[in-house]
Amino acid sequence: MALKFALAGNPNCGKTTMFNALTGSNQYVGNWPGVTVEKKEGKMKGKFGSSDTIVTDLPGIYSLSPYTLEEVVSRDYILGENPDVIIDLVDATNIERNLYLTTQLIETGVPVVIALNMADLLKKRGIRVDTERLGSILGCEVVPTSALRGEGLDKLAKQAAITGAENSHALPPEIFSKELEAAIKNVEMILPASIPQQKRRWYAIKILENDSKVSAQLSLSDSQLKVIAAERAAIEKKEDSDMESIVTDARYAFIQKAVKAAVKKSGEKLTTSDKIDQIVTSRIFGIPIFVGIMFLVYYLSINSMGGFFTDWINDVATPWVQEAVSNGLTALHANSVFISAISNGVIGGLGAVLGFTPQMAFLFLFLSILEDCGYMVRIAFVMDRVFRHFGLSGKSFIPLLISSGCGVPGIMSSKTIDQDNDRRLTIMTATFIPCGAKLPVIALMGGIITSYSVTGKFTAGGWMAPMMYFVGIAAVLISAVMLKKTKPFSGKAAPFVMELPQYHIPQPKTVLMHVWERLKAFLKKAGTVLFLATLVMWFLSSFGVEGGRFGLVDTPNSSVLAAIGGAIAVIFRPLGFGEWQPVAATISGFTAKESIVSTMGVLAHVASDASEDTAVVGQAIASWFPSAAAAFSFLLFNLLDSPCLAAIGTMAAEMNDRKWFWFAILYQNVFAYVSSLIVYQLWILPANGFTAWTAVAVVLLIIMLYLLFRPDPYKNMKTYSKRSVTEAA
Amino acid sequence: MMSLKDVPVGQTVRVVKIDGDGAVRRRIMDMGITKGTELYVRKVAPLGDPVELTVRGYELTVRKNDADIIKVG
Repeated sequence: MALKFALAGNPNCGKTTMFNALTGSNQYVGNWPGVTVEKKEGKMKGKFGSSDTIVTDLPGIYSLSPYTLEEVVSRDYILGENPDVIIDLVDATNIERNLYLTTQLIETGVPVVIALNMADLLKKRGIRVDTERLGSILGCEVVPTSALRGEGLDKLAKQAAITGAENSHALPPEIFSKELEAAIKNVEMILPASIPQQKRRWYAIKILENDSKVSAQLSLSDSQLKVIAAERAAIEKKEDSDMESIVTDARYAFIQKAVKAAVKKSGEKLTTSDKIDQIVTSRIFGIPIFVGIMFLVYYLSINSMGGFFTDWINDVATPWVQEAVSNGLTALHANSVFISAISNGVIGGLGAVLGFTPQMAFLFLFLSILEDCGYMVRIAFVMDRVFRHFGLSGKSFIPLLISSGCGVPGIMSSKTIDQDNDRRLTIMTATFIPCGAKLPVIALMGGIITSYSVTGKFTAGGWMAPMMYFVGIAAVLISAVMLKKTKPFSGKAAPFVMELPQYHIPQPKTVLMHVWERLKAFLKKAGTVLFLATLVMWFLSSFGVEGGRFGLVDTPNSSVLAAIGGAIAVIFRPLGFGEWQPVAATISGFTAKESIVSTMGVLAHVASDASEDTAVVGQAIASWFPSAAAAFSFLLFNLLDSPCLAAIGTMAAEMNDRKWFWFAILYQNVFAYVSSLIVYQLWILPANGFTAWTAVAVVLLIIMLYLLFRPDPYKNMKTYSKRSVTEAA
Repeated sequence: MMSLKDVPVGQTVRVVKIDGDGAVRRRIMDMGITKGTELYVRKVAPLGDPVELTVRGYELTVRKNDADIIKVG
């Protein structure tokens, strides 16, 4: 019969790496707590044993308490789905805290095999672990492994298969005081008969701890509850403490004894990680280093390294392909409409998007390195104070930072935020941060804005990227302050208790795999959605009614797209971009943000009659914007409005509530519109004088400032916001 | 007895008890801060909050506000 292995362990102990090694799948690995939020399943590779074996990767957890989503997902799986064996990953370099979860896992009645992971680092740290001794104290097998190097995995899989097949229910060691053990026995006796013998200890301890979820699940009678309450009260009185502390203290005391017996450390010394951290998060250098790193990441990806390849694709490769295809098709006597559709529509549009692939690849590369080496979580440490000031936790920063690559994983990572209000706020605002797909838009518009203000002619400008990144952060913070003062988002600041994992040198395999995963998703999108979008856009912009008859039009001004864009353009006139082309591009941006650029590319090519020079296309696009202010306003609107369909879908899934989802969409678009209007109208005020729209902008600005600076009516809230732990069950 | 919040950087203290209740308290205990545990206050974030502690051989960061419920001696 096929066996089921469950992988459990603390966050950041190499669990996902182990899962990938065992199953050969390419799950994403990161170096911050809480990467795996949902459980994942895979079939074990044949070389480790029976390929029928199913391996489930549970979210990283510190405990089986009922307080976080991850913990509830894990314990429901272990107790409800009956895996044959739990492979408990223990980070050998951080053994005390890791074994705390082990003491809880061995009580669940599921056989446990301990994988003492990162065993290769032990020698370097001068730590020696007597695995046999440790195993006999805990009552389970211990196998030293290194998931990263693939060491010990054979042995681990073999041991897990043996333990799972034996299915012996050896009772876990008694780790508590005599009185508490007696109380556990008494409670075990009165539990419902439906609970199997080997799981009784776990339920008894949980119910003594007053775990509300377990109590609700068991539906005990009043007389049973009375007995339990009496047992609890007697022990609490004797120890002069509450049951949760008594149990936790006892577990750690037991671990300390076990570690003393089985682990030998030869003097603590500062690791390289500690030395790096002393500088990187120091009081003086912490913030300058953060700003410097973020600036460098964006500058290198957009301007120098990524920019070089992007220029090459846009200026050399795309025109070459266009010409070759166009010549080839002409030689075949293809229909001229068809040639135009392929050359200008598809190749021109896709070329504009694919041109930005190198920039995106470099951005993903740098972000992956930051994640993998452990700096990402330090940013939460450095920035928490700032975020708390705006009512958010430093934890909200991780989703925001990932969103600078792509909003989809960014929104998904918001799951690690416990409080409902903070999580919703983060989901709503995460996509204000420019993602990889918005970079092409920023680069293009940045060029147009510089051409107005500095050089007078179009040059692809990347200095806008770091700036738009800070604009995005400002939008998040402004929204946080405004919304936090409303009732649904109010509540005491969420607690911030977080592990700072050791730095390590990024693993090229992990980093490259991650970059490839993200790029692949992007290229796939380019091949499907964007391909269709460019064709549709080409059709809408090339066909229309001219001289009373529907057909291919000579000027795009009489196209279908012009008619649609023109009808809606009125709405955007106060924002400065009332031409139909930018409006049409904005609409296409909802399919995918990069198609804003491809649409503009298609429209400009049509307008400039197949001139392939970037500068000419840039000039054509620039002509749609009357001023730098208009170009900036367009960029701002497209930065802040609702994200692409993929991200909108993720938002809907993570909000898990239709009302909240629509509120988020409404908020994003209204906020984008209002911000762009205020910026545009005030920017052109000196040049154009005071108009009715200036008055509107001023009124909106005053309303916004009021919402920002009014006293917080919920300031003294003592309660935390709700946590929807039940949703996961 | 003082609160962990008031312990200067570079000092090692021992946990006497943990006040409060509910999720935060349980979280703090789950992370290994229990009665009698040695805590080394390693540093303070650039903006003065949160603090970084060494607990049971690893690094943990806690906001001063949350650290307030940890009483040390």
